[in-house]
Amino acid sequence: MIELLAPALLAGLAVALVAGPMGAFVVWRRMAFFGDTLAHGALLGAALALALDVNLYLAVVVICLAIAAALVGLQQQRQIAGDTLLGIVAHTTLALGVIALSLQKTVQVDLMAYLFGDLLAVNWRDVAALWGGAAVILALLAWQWRALLSITVNEELARVEGIAVTRTRMLLMLLLALLIAGAIRTVGVLLITSLLVIPAAGARRLSRTPEQMALIASAIGLLAVNLGLTLSWYADTPVGPSIVVAAAALFVATLLRSPRS
Amino acid sequence: MTAPLVTVEEVALSLGGHPVLEDVSLTLEPGRITTLIGPNGAGKSTLARLILGLMQPDRGRIRRRTGLRVGYMPQRLSVDESLPLTVDRFLWLGAPGRTRTRREALARTGVAHLRQRPVRQLSGGELQRVLLARALLRQPDLLVLDEPAQGVDVAGQDALYGLLNEVRDQRGCGILLISHDLHLVMARTDQVVCLHHHVCCSGTPEAVSRDPSYQRLFGLPGPATNLAVYTHDHDHDHGLSGGVSGDVSSDVSSDGHGDHEHHHHGDHHD
Ligand SMILES: Nc1ncnc2c1ncn2[C@@H]1O[C@H](COP(=O)(O)OP(=O)(O)OP(=O)(O)O)[C@@H](O)[C@H]1O
Ligand SMILES: [Mg+2]
Repeated sequence: MIELLAPALLAGLAVALVAGPMGAFVVWRRMAFFGDTLAHGALLGAALALALDVNLYLAVVVICLAIAAALVGLQQQRQIAGDTLLGIVAHTTLALGVIALSLQKTVQVDLMAYLFGDLLAVNWRDVAALWGGAAVILALLAWQWRALLSITVNEELARVEGIAVTRTRMLLMLLLALLIAGAIRTVGVLLITSLLVIPAAGARRLSRTPEQMALIASAIGLLAVNLGLTLSWYADTPVGPSIVVAAAALFVATLLRSPRS
Repeated sequence: MTAPLVTVEEVALSLGGHPVLEDVSLTLEPGRITTLIGPNGAGKSTLARLILGLMQPDRGRIRRRTGLRVGYMPQRLSVDESLPLTVDRFLWLGAPGRTRTRREALARTGVAHLRQRPVRQLSGGELQRVLLARALLRQPDLLVLDEPAQGVDVAGQDALYGLLNEVRDQRGCGILLISHDLHLVMARTDQVVCLHHHVCCSGTPEAVSRDPSYQRLFGLPGPATNLAVYTHDHDHDHGLSGGVSGDVSSDVSSDGHGDHEHHHHGDHHD
């Protein structure tokens, strides 16, 4: 069992570890829907990677950044509200991605694997790539932590205090795109947001400082991956959804504790 | 004479199609407390934000001394409920350093006991004191404080102005203050700029409080009566020429300055 599950477990843990602090930023900055839109767009990246025969992770990162830039540009106009815009972009890119994947003639594409992830299909090369990516994201987060947190608390104060607000915001987008690229094969585009948001939301009630919240979110995510894989193994349920259900169960458990505000 | 910290030259700005600032010029010097006064919506916060570089003027120029370190206390600040943040972590964001320096800064603003409390749970006045502590922790050359005294209790307000004077003397930093409390402004600051989209008048507190445009803007006898004890002149006539007639010997002031030559050193822009 362990030999079979080891790559899946390690891949899931890498994603959950990074999803802790990244999810905290998504929650603090109310970017859940934004992240979801990028994740939907990632499917288009996957289709492009197949069509052009380029690296999957690279294609997804590029597409996510392009969508992020387009969204920032589109949000300058005021006629269409932000959430409407996100809804349009999310589902248009998802639809385009599904069509593009269905047009692939050369390879048989497992659409479900992209939508809901297929953790059991990851190989050791994926595991290495995921942990490499996780190390990069965590290092950048640690290095720019004060700047990232400063612009989250108050952008104007941060700017006056000499923090490069625009650059820091772009870094956050890049990190989110990297995470989504890593998550597409493991939890799938439809479930990425849940792995970002649920552990962070659960951590909120248990923490007094931003750092605590990020760490506890990681811990909840890691636990959810373990529980989800176990559930999937014994009950033969799909892996991605099992992990999300486990995370949700942990979130509900945190509600039983009194808040520390 | 050291170089000015900031020079604002003939700045104009419109927001949402309405002119908010027109032909505004002023200079912020080190070691001087400059106060912006003016009615709600006069453009005080907007001018402060221009000076901070948070907005750009439509016309005119704002020059900041190179390497200027700024401490800023915004008029409002709210922390999202989803973000757990203690006062200590909040201060760390502005000035990472030893815990001891944060504890000392909080003690100076009288809220040392709040260090481990969540920012969201602070009362209005407590939050103001924490914001001031963060601004001070920056070791600023220029402090920009947008209505620092709002919600601060009476004893605290007096202490606040005392602290600002102390900071100015110790660090020699310049302070730009926005305030509605004319009483304290006139008593405890060095230069007053009376703003109503344009600079109505500016100069020493004595000069401004005598200025007809100031008196028009704030309405006599209203605030001026309360100010009498600081401004010596409640029973003078105020000719539109700007001269002050009346018997100086009837001055109710007890501060013994008697320096009436201060009159109208201020610039008139209207
Ligand atoms: N972003 C904006 N868009 C449009 N109008 C604005 C904007 N910001 C400020 N204003 C307008 O500019 C004017 C000046 O605002 P400002 O906040 O500078 O006033 P203030 O002098 O600080 O007032 P208060 O004493 O109430 O704090 C107001 O009429 C306000 O409605
Ligand atoms: Mg204001």
